[in-house]
Amino acid sequence: MGEEKAGCCAPPSGKASPCCGGGSSSGAAIRYADNFVEGTVETPAGPVPRVHSRVGSRDLLGRWKVRWGIGRDRYRVAPGLYALGAPGADAPVLVTANYKLTFDVVRHEAAGVDAWILVLDTRGINVWCAAGEGTFGTGEVIRRVTETRLPEVVNHRRLVLPQLGAPGVAAHEVRKGCGFSVVYGPVRARDIRAFLEVGMKASPAMRRVVFPTMDRLALTPVEITGVLRPAGWAAAVLFLLAGVGPGIFSLGAAWDRGIAAVAALAAGILAGAVVTPVLLPWLPGRSFSVKGGLAGGVIAACALMGQRGSLHAPAALALLLAMTAVSSFIAMNFTGATPFTSPSGVEKEMRRALPVQAGLTVAAGLLWVGGAFLR
Amino acid sequence: MDRFRYFDGVATVRLADAACIGCGMCEEVCPHGVFAVRDRKARLLDRDACMECGACAMNCPTKAISVQPGVGCAAAILNGWLSGSKPSCGCGG
Repeated sequence: MGEEKAGCCAPPSGKASPCCGGGSSSGAAIRYADNFVEGTVETPAGPVPRVHSRVGSRDLLGRWKVRWGIGRDRYRVAPGLYALGAPGADAPVLVTANYKLTFDVVRHEAAGVDAWILVLDTRGINVWCAAGEGTFGTGEVIRRVTETRLPEVVNHRRLVLPQLGAPGVAAHEVRKGCGFSVVYGPVRARDIRAFLEVGMKASPAMRRVVFPTMDRLALTPVEITGVLRPAGWAAAVLFLLAGVGPGIFSLGAAWDRGIAAVAALAAGILAGAVVTPVLLPWLPGRSFSVKGGLAGGVIAACALMGQRGSLHAPAALALLLAMTAVSSFIAMNFTGATPFTSPSGVEKEMRRALPVQAGLTVAAGLLWVGGAFLR
Repeated sequence: MDRFRYFDGVATVRLADAACIGCGMCEEVCPHGVFAVRDRKARLLDRDACMECGACAMNCPTKAISVQPGVGCAAAILNGWLSGSKPSCGCGG
């Protein structure tokens, strides 16, 4: 339960993780080999694995890796019922996703609570994105309740779902389908204990999604790794393009000018994927492409000032325009990681921004190649 | 998220007043405080804060709320345009 907030493609609150990935359903094997399992709890429906609340170095390493996009598809726990602490028949049932990062946050944040944790098969995707895709959904809740024989384990008929699972779950349909009523808990797992202590009441603050700097920062590595492949191709093209000049093709020029062009590409990506997300609230405007374009343009201008003299004016201008376009485009993709951009809004932004970004890129290319002939 | 606002006047969320029974589910599930129940009816307090996640419409027992839900993600929308299908995060990893 209580994932953290997250934008689709990438949820917020430190526990965020872009959607994507997933795909196949998760097997139910090796539960007892998992390092977070510590014995079992006997129930009328059979033994249930007991999990502890400690997050160790292996968990932290796993978290770090998925933040960089490594093995994110496979970072899963087996779906099913788990026991946290020493839950009895009247203990609350917390429902969550089987993305291990999410599961770790829940068992850690709910430390000290005696509860059942019902893990849905969201194919290794966080609550928010899985709800958007429907895998954290009404049908899966009903199926999992039935399959784990939850009605035999608890004597109440209430499930606590993370609020950010609501886009995929119809509470009234769950009640119809398996007799359990749904209580939406807080957005963030760290509020679970407080939520339970006051009798399952979420304060308005617990219901609101926020997007603090550390959450935005946690999402930046995967923004970079996501563009590495296209960036590699772009770099190859830039080296080829850099060699074009009065001498048809010059290896020396390809190297010198290629380095400058690729450095500008890398700086543009960093401006859009790291600088813009971190400075998001302070960059002017509401449009991500404008924020990103500004960040890229200003950084390019500063870098070119430092390089004065080593570049001809057309080449310098070309790099400035290109960095602005790249940063603007990459920053626009960060909309997928934010928990406040609507699809209607993003589409509106893209219809305006893509032609401008394309125009800047073409102008940069013409200046870059044309400038080589003017020397 | 008072500090973050996206564009005004684009959200597709609509509330059919007559069908509303004032159960308050929309107010409960909305992460941006778009709804509030007043005098036993839900009100659209802040439509421009809506990010079209669809939680309200999904959990409205009388289908009084409509919204075109989806992922507010540029890459997904671009994928949708290029493949001519519904926007999806097809980043595969």
